[in-house]
Amino acid sequence: MTADPAPRLSRTDIARRTALDLPDGGIVNLGIGIPALCSDLLPEGVELRYHAENGILGFTEMDTKFDGDPNIMDAGGNFPKLVPGMAFFDSVESFDLIRGGYIDVTVLGGLQISGEGDLANWMIPKRGIGSIGGAMDLAANAKRVIVAMEHTTRDNKPKIVNQCSFPLTASNCVDEIVTDIAVIKITAEGLFLMEAASGWSPEDVQAITEPELIISEGFGPIRTG
Amino acid sequence: MPPNKTIVNFKDAVADIPDGASIMIGGFGGAGGQPTRLMLALRDLGVSDLTIIGNVAGISATTHYGWREGPRDPKPVDQGMFFASGQARKIICSFPVPGTTNPLSEIEKAWREGKAEVEIVPQGTLIEQIRAAGAGIPAFYTPTGVGTPVAKGKENREFEGRAYLLEHALPGDYAFVRAQKADTHGNLQYVGTSRAFGPAMAKAAKITIVEVDEIVEPGGIDAERVGTLGAYVDRIVQREPGDPYP
Repeated sequence: MTADPAPRLSRTDIARRTALDLPDGGIVNLGIGIPALCSDLLPEGVELRYHAENGILGFTEMDTKFDGDPNIMDAGGNFPKLVPGMAFFDSVESFDLIRGGYIDVTVLGGLQISGEGDLANWMIPKRGIGSIGGAMDLAANAKRVIVAMEHTTRDNKPKIVNQCSFPLTASNCVDEIVTDIAVIKITAEGLFLMEAASGWSPEDVQAITEPELIISEGFGPIRTG
Repeated sequence: MPPNKTIVNFKDAVADIPDGASIMIGGFGGAGGQPTRLMLALRDLGVSDLTIIGNVAGISATTHYGWREGPRDPKPVDQGMFFASGQARKIICSFPVPGTTNPLSEIEKAWREGKAEVEIVPQGTLIEQIRAAGAGIPAFYTPTGVGTPVAKGKENREFEGRAYLLEHALPGDYAFVRAQKADTHGNLQYVGTSRAFGPAMAKAAKITIVEVDEIVEPGGIDAERVGTLGAYVDRIVQREPGDPYP
């Protein structure tokens, strides 16, 4: 494997780029890890209504002093601030909202994504045990699924693969992937490379991506704002 | 006249739970909504061979998940306590382990040592299984889990061109539920995100035991604010004022 042609984006910058694709006013569910970082990085003027599986809709920001009310939690175990227009409900209602198709966008982490948009993100086979949480419901039922993740494993192996070898979260569900080197849209026609990190050519991205990438008509550098 | 469902202490409230019982534990997984005093009473009762049904289970003790970090709150306790004590032989839940394995959670430890079975269920399927059990519905189809390891051995059926899995209702012997307030008939009022799995579990179990901050006379909960009907509740226990657990 050759050396990187240029630096990769930080986790924060992956989240910053992902946040550009969240629809103003939309109902959005952010997974743990990089996805959760999006909430602090929204473009000026964009306001989302966050949903969390544990039964809360309409929160906007966390009580960052770790001093929140334990009865006002999000699914990541953080404590949102009370804001006008928020609602609390039980888990039946929360998953009616998800399966019923009322989540506009979910941003999830990923271990592997296939060329067909299959997502694996809940278990590393070597460990033999993992946690599904709300990920399968969100991946299978949200209107739009964005995966925010590093492009490769720590030893630079592709995470975007021809076929997932890890247990699936949902098949054919991912619409968009934002990584530390690329933005890729998945459609029935294939994987479209929309953007690449500064200093990375499409060939550089393809070299560490298994399925064939189609260079999008408007291909350009990764946007940051 | 409706019976007064008040039990004076947590020990008496769980005293009839036998070996081999299945116990549903309400809340989501953090401190809020967790029936901590009922859980501790069950641990102290010492019964064994239990099946625990929870959601996010056993990750707070090692990660502080859903607990405030600060001097005024006690060290987190979670469903891992029944695995540390060797009382549980199985857990059915959606989130049994945190991302990190250092330190190892009690559930993962018991699983690795072959002492406990772990059944991992998608959260929306788990809550619907519990809801169905309480609503007199034996089974249902869900799109969640199709094409994943969860689908193994389950009927696959297409409706309007989309694939679904057949899932079955999941009842329990006992449910432990945490609410803010109960009246003596067992009507419950919840606060914030403490609802989570509690209301559905209250309906799905044969015996529902509720831990509250305050027991009030009928009328002490506004009829518009009743979150779980007393019809589903068998026993209510009030915490000591100033209990350090959230």
